[in-house]
Amino acid sequence: MELKKVAQLARLYLSEQEMEEFQKQMKSIFQYFEEIKDIDTKGIKPLVTPTPMEAFFREDEVIQTLSVEEVLQNAPEKSGHLFKVPPVV
Amino acid sequence: MDFTSKEAHEIKDLLVKGEVSSQEVIQFFLQRIEDKDPKINAFITVNKEGALKRAQKLDQLKEKKGKLFGIPIAIKDMLCTKGLRTTAGSKILENFIPPYTATVVKRLEEEGAIVIGKANQDEFAMGSSNETSYFGPSKNPWNFEYVPGGSSGGSAAAVSARMAPLSIGTDTGGSIRQPAHFCGVVGVKPTYGRVSRYGVIAFASSLDQVGPFSLSVKDSALVLEVICGWDANDSTTAKAPVSEWSQNLSADLKGLKVGLPKEYFTEALSEDVRQTLDRAIEAVKQAGAHVEEVSLPLTRYAVPIYYIIATSEASSNLARYDGVRFGFRADFSREPARDLVDFYSRTRGEGFGTEVKRRIILGTHALSSGYYDAYYKKACQVRFLLREDFSKAFEKCDVLMSPVATTSAFKLGERIHDPLTMYTNDIYTTSSNLAGLPSMSVPVELNSEGLPVGVQISASHFEEQKMLNVAFSLEKAFNFKAKRPKDV
Amino acid sequence: MSKYGDWEPVIGLEIHAQLLTKSKMFSSDSTSFGGGDNENVSPVTLGLPGALPVVNKKAVELSVKVGLALNCKIRHFSVFARKNYFYPDLPKGYQISQYDEPLAEEGFVEIYVDGQIKKIGITRAHMEEDAGKSTHHGDFTLINLNRAGVPLLEIVSEPDIASPAEAAEYARTIRRILRYLEVCDGNLEEGSMRCDCNVSVRKKGTQQFGTKVELKNLNSFRFVEKALEYEIERQIMVIESGEKVIQETRLYDSAKNRTHSMRSKEEAHDYRYFPDPDLLPVQISENWIQEIKSSLPELPIYRARRFQEEFKIPEYDAFVLTQEKDIADYFEEVAEQSGNPKAASNWVMVELLREIKESKKEISNVKIQPKQLAQLIKMIDSKQISGKIAKTVFAEMWERGQDPQFIVKEKGLVQISDPSSIEKMVEEVLSSSPQQVKQYREGKKKVFGYFVGQVMKATKGQANPELVNKILKEKLGD
Repeated sequence: MELKKVAQLARLYLSEQEMEEFQKQMKSIFQYFEEIKDIDTKGIKPLVTPTPMEAFFREDEVIQTLSVEEVLQNAPEKSGHLFKVPPVV
Repeated sequence: MDFTSKEAHEIKDLLVKGEVSSQEVIQFFLQRIEDKDPKINAFITVNKEGALKRAQKLDQLKEKKGKLFGIPIAIKDMLCTKGLRTTAGSKILENFIPPYTATVVKRLEEEGAIVIGKANQDEFAMGSSNETSYFGPSKNPWNFEYVPGGSSGGSAAAVSARMAPLSIGTDTGGSIRQPAHFCGVVGVKPTYGRVSRYGVIAFASSLDQVGPFSLSVKDSALVLEVICGWDANDSTTAKAPVSEWSQNLSADLKGLKVGLPKEYFTEALSEDVRQTLDRAIEAVKQAGAHVEEVSLPLTRYAVPIYYIIATSEASSNLARYDGVRFGFRADFSREPARDLVDFYSRTRGEGFGTEVKRRIILGTHALSSGYYDAYYKKACQVRFLLREDFSKAFEKCDVLMSPVATTSAFKLGERIHDPLTMYTNDIYTTSSNLAGLPSMSVPVELNSEGLPVGVQISASHFEEQKMLNVAFSLEKAFNFKAKRPKDV
Repeated sequence: MSKYGDWEPVIGLEIHAQLLTKSKMFSSDSTSFGGGDNENVSPVTLGLPGALPVVNKKAVELSVKVGLALNCKIRHFSVFARKNYFYPDLPKGYQISQYDEPLAEEGFVEIYVDGQIKKIGITRAHMEEDAGKSTHHGDFTLINLNRAGVPLLEIVSEPDIASPAEAAEYARTIRRILRYLEVCDGNLEEGSMRCDCNVSVRKKGTQQFGTKVELKNLNSFRFVEKALEYEIERQIMVIESGEKVIQETRLYDSAKNRTHSMRSKEEAHDYRYFPDPDLLPVQISENWIQEIKSSLPELPIYRARRFQEEFKIPEYDAFVLTQEKDIADYFEEVAEQSGNPKAASNWVMVELLREIKESKKEISNVKIQPKQLAQLIKMIDSKQISGKIAKTVFAEMWERGQDPQFIVKEKGLVQISDPSSIEKMVEEVLSSSPQQVKQYREGKKKVFGYFVGQVMKATKGQANPELVNKILKEKLGD
């Protein structure tokens, strides 16, 4: 595993100490994970939601839940009623 | 009046009868927090003003009703509370004020409960000792040198130290049951799909479930009645009927079959935990239960598949903490972001703690191209087989009894530097989350060091009553709730 | 197709259609864009901690409609998956989409090119949510999330398309179908329908595909065609100059009529798709599918064919009349009620569509009801009014929306078909024009038109022209 590449994919800077520490740990953790490869899972459907339950839909109705002030109340930076971020192009 | 020796439903009865006022109760517990919490650190935020105001309002009501009328309750800081800071134990949400309230908190409040504060926890519920909290670890009320467990350590400690008669936690791989076991309180993780996750900060969506902590089984059953049930805002809630579990408790276990998973009884189990479990088995036999051994052959794989699934889901769930719409953003005033990658990486790199980063890295890798089939997909397939194992076991028995963890509470700092050992300690609890089963921890006795030891009881999907009855029976037999930490 | 020498293009389209729902794909905030910035934003849209998606039933229903209209297989259980990537207008850090178990797949659509019907394969159609909107201002970017979470259906074609013109026609056909089904308004300029093209070139006769390039920013059918034209030429030039086509996304610049590479500073995408654990598989019962199927309208290409056969109208007319469902509905009613489909086709295609175009009206706002137009045609056919008068009546009907009988009566426009009164009129005209009668009798037959004109003028155009002709000829002794 290329730690740097994965960290970039996850948009996460790691400190030097974390880099060193993770580098060592990842190998043994993934080795541990790989124990499952011996189990025969041919034709088994992956399970996501563990409890059997009925799916439901929402009716197409408009309900306003937040005011625009509430939408923006936690914004680190804003301009008018818009969120503001550094240039992205 | 001293409310520390009273159970929540007893306090509620006093309130409804008008023998005490809500303000009296809330002031009593706020005072407890002020006295005791500096040493325990069970709370990240105390809702002093809000709680007092609400108590005042409740006192003015002509009709005093509600299953939890006037009962102070500590809420794990994973649940959003409108207008009240919600941090998930993380720097990245240090100043986050939610504009909405979690369904669970709404339901509690509709039955009259008062949110007394937001409980400490491991950062984003990632940890088993409360030591990953950005706000410092919570301590075990039975011995401050020990951890309260995690991730819902603050919620467990708050009840154990009688700073609140009830609290709410979340359980993704044992985060309610293990701290309940460490702190000597009752802690329940209901069937996956019983309780709405709307407004509950996600760690791993297919595993997370909210549940109560209390001193007594009856109180936990009562909270379950309030918080369980279908929610139009959570697509993964079930329409299964909610019964009056607290009214239907029975300590008589005649005819009940209790299974002991043989794979759980290994050398890893410490002596105190094994002895307590043996005595608990004896007690349920005395209460009329039939005890037999069952097999869960895939047990040894539960922890690896749990960590693959939990970290994968978490890596995606935590992508929203990006410094754009809410939460922490790195300071770019001196050194502007070079590009978007830099903007995100610095914000997230500074905002998240080491354990959270470690798990995001694990999960990102497990989902990435070329590894998905071997890790995430394979883990989900094994998850299916593991659930099958449980289904087979439940053909033979009604409930399973097992240890909660290999040991009782450990010392602060003892394990934090060895993540793999920390992970493997979740061996007895993660299976219930993977299979979606209701599972709880009930305190039984103190070990020779004076630390609590509990046992775990699990049942088939939606069979909470059977599980609660066994716990109720053990509570009758051992009366652990009469014990309390001496320093508090 | 010798246009590209011994090269041939291979084209596939990805069309994103915004579904016409009132609320968003996974939350109850409004999809309307009239409001102010960030006003249609719920905790779900904002990606707040703890917010959870719940599927909009209508969005599923509309998607199934499209899937059926495109002859796709509909999955009884389809799965929402998370597509993970970071972008400021993507609130959760992932887009909820469908990946390996989409709602609909393996369909086809028939398009009409060069007078022939051609089948284009549909790989899949899947549901997803839209992102928000970023506006760039030099040293900062602003984010509006009103659009975030709006339901989209992505329709992916097979690489069956052989030319830019065919690609544009395919896109037009899809748009027509979407509008027929009333699932999307198909507005390319406003972005409620977006076309991305995948295009590669290969030597004729080879089976292997060349390296494909994705074209974006094509907000009209004309641009689809022009961008593809440009890009195909570019790729051929690149290969012929000994270089390689790079797999990339290119944007079309309509002002310069060229495509340019989107600068990509980031690493190759790794979207880490996995089933969204917040949502159960979308369950669609066979009953529901059948119910939706029975509600499907007749699709344009089939309707055109039926019009041709049933009403004996030309292929081109049938094609024009079936472009929009409400126009086709209008025409069909006029044709049936009037009993004269040919006249109905002429009146709708020429008069009605011209007025609609000039007034920029929607047909739903037109005052003339189909049955009124049918009455007008009947009045011509029964010779109550002439075709010329009918045009005047039509203009009145367009303005006021009244029945033609009423207008004809009110204005006294009923055709004069009584031979004796016409005879009297003819005699008057002839006796007052001795000069012209003389000319006519001397063989200057062109003057006949003058007599007709005079009679019509005297009757304010109401005389039955056939009778006028007949009587004139009798009187002039032909």
